[in-house]
Amino acid sequence: MMMTRLVSRSWLTAGFVFLYLPIVALVLYSFNDSPIPNVWRSVTFNWYVRLASDDDLLGALRLSLKIAFFSATAAVLLGTMAAFSLVKYKRFFGRTMFSGMVNAPLVMPDVIVGISLLLMLVAVERALGFPDRGAFTIWLAHALAGMAYATVVIQSRLLDLNPQLEEAAMDLGARPWEVFYLVTLPMISQSLLSAWLLTFTISLDDVVLSSFLNAPGSTTMPVVIFSRARLGLNPSVNAVATIIVLVVSIGVILASLMIVRNERKRARDMAEAARN
Amino acid sequence: MIRGKSSRVGRFAVIGVPYLWLIVFFLLPFLVILKISLSEMEGVAFGNLLTWKEGVMQLTLKFSNYLYIVQDDLYFKTYLSSLRYAAVTTVICLAIGYPFAYFMARAEKRFQPVLLMLVMLPFWTSFLLRVYAWKGLLSEHGWVYEIIVFLRLDHVLAAGGLIAAPGQLMNTSFSLSVGMVYTYLPFMILPLYANLSKMDLRLLEAAADLGANPWVAFWTVTVPLSKAGIIAGSMLVFIPCIGEYVIPELLGGPETLMIGRVMWDEFFSNNDWPVASTVAVVMVLLIIVPIAIFNKYEAEAQEGSR
Repeated sequence: MMMTRLVSRSWLTAGFVFLYLPIVALVLYSFNDSPIPNVWRSVTFNWYVRLASDDDLLGALRLSLKIAFFSATAAVLLGTMAAFSLVKYKRFFGRTMFSGMVNAPLVMPDVIVGISLLLMLVAVERALGFPDRGAFTIWLAHALAGMAYATVVIQSRLLDLNPQLEEAAMDLGARPWEVFYLVTLPMISQSLLSAWLLTFTISLDDVVLSSFLNAPGSTTMPVVIFSRARLGLNPSVNAVATIIVLVVSIGVILASLMIVRNERKRARDMAEAARN
Repeated sequence: MIRGKSSRVGRFAVIGVPYLWLIVFFLLPFLVILKISLSEMEGVAFGNLLTWKEGVMQLTLKFSNYLYIVQDDLYFKTYLSSLRYAAVTTVICLAIGYPFAYFMARAEKRFQPVLLMLVMLPFWTSFLLRVYAWKGLLSEHGWVYEIIVFLRLDHVLAAGGLIAAPGQLMNTSFSLSVGMVYTYLPFMILPLYANLSKMDLRLLEAAADLGANPWVAFWTVTVPLSKAGIIAGSMLVFIPCIGEYVIPELLGGPETLMIGRVMWDEFFSNNDWPVASTVAVVMVLLIIVPIAIFNKYEAEAQEGSR
């Protein structure tokens, strides 16, 4: 028993060291004042100061945030509908194909999604004169990729719901959209939030789809970072990474605190309702 | 009556909108690249499959791109090498991830949400930047580099043919594999954990009562019961690995053969859209069976959890 616990502890610890080591190194070396990026010399904030005047990166960041915001929103809207269809409607025409198309982008390599979407859009553009490549086409690709993740997150939440609550509302005379708006939506709101955050970060992290679907004027931040990173170690990349890690950690911690608080509140309300 | 009608319209819209979206932006593009892969470059553009000749529609299918891919040794080797990297990554992820998920699922209940959170947190920080970080760790003077060289493990790796020479870890099969395992490990752990944490522990007690020692119980009860998790995790690792582009580009060597990279060069450097499309179509054919398996288990997992 002692032995098992020892093995279990060390396996988990080693695993987490493996997962977090690169992140720690990224952050630490962003403060490194040295001409050789990998040799530690002394602490500096120089890389952050330079970042403030790095127009290439800042412009790309602005575009990336914009695309991420709109693609996450679209992905959650589409994902909610797809998850709802799969959970509530057990039979409709082509359901198997539909569920296949919903799940496939989770594993489909980005290069395939990117090239096929691009070549289709080029064909459409030749025939109709639009859409031009740029922010819109990148948004389209990110919404498509994000939708699969959003669907999985929302679907698992919908499956956990007690269908009796919706049936009760229906019996009390609520119309279907009222049931959705007043009963279902509040119960799945947390999963909508986490789906939105997840698709937002996926969009903010994508290199391959953006590379296929961008135009010379519309470069996203990961594409800029990627083109620098592939040339070698670059402390400005570390500085960007540190800021992202910081923002994401704060965001995730805030979001999970909010979720925990809501969960507690719901449990309290439920207990209250049960007492009455 | 009105209510029935409006709910039917609602149902139609809820299913129809995402359905149409996926058909137009996911399914149709495949048909387009299939079409392009069957055409040939004519000058700067590629030819049409359908042409009108003397009032008769003619369908011209050119299999020359497929012939080209079959005949050129490079493509065959690249597909094979991509499949090998994907398989190796999957096996290593399973070897690390299964015990990890198992110990997570058997940890004290109150710690489990924290452990789960810790596995998911790297997901939220940029994948690109975490892969880039390995460049630093494995280059000369990097932390992991120093440890490996200090332990003289680089000689072992060199003897195994994973790196060209001791002391040279970056841009090798080794650095590529480390990056792939690192990136995809959480995709293996999460479905396995979801599966293992739901297991009925009384089954293990029953096995013990019937005289099985813990090791036997593990192999005859736990592992078979977690089959769905193993398959889901393996597919989540194996399929995207085949087409991986960013990791080989950042961590692989110049001679590392990965099909995603070859397709990328065919498209962006050679501007040969038909050949790039053909490479993509063949890639889809390679992964279509694993995807079907994945979809089946994914659907069963969702439907069965009720």
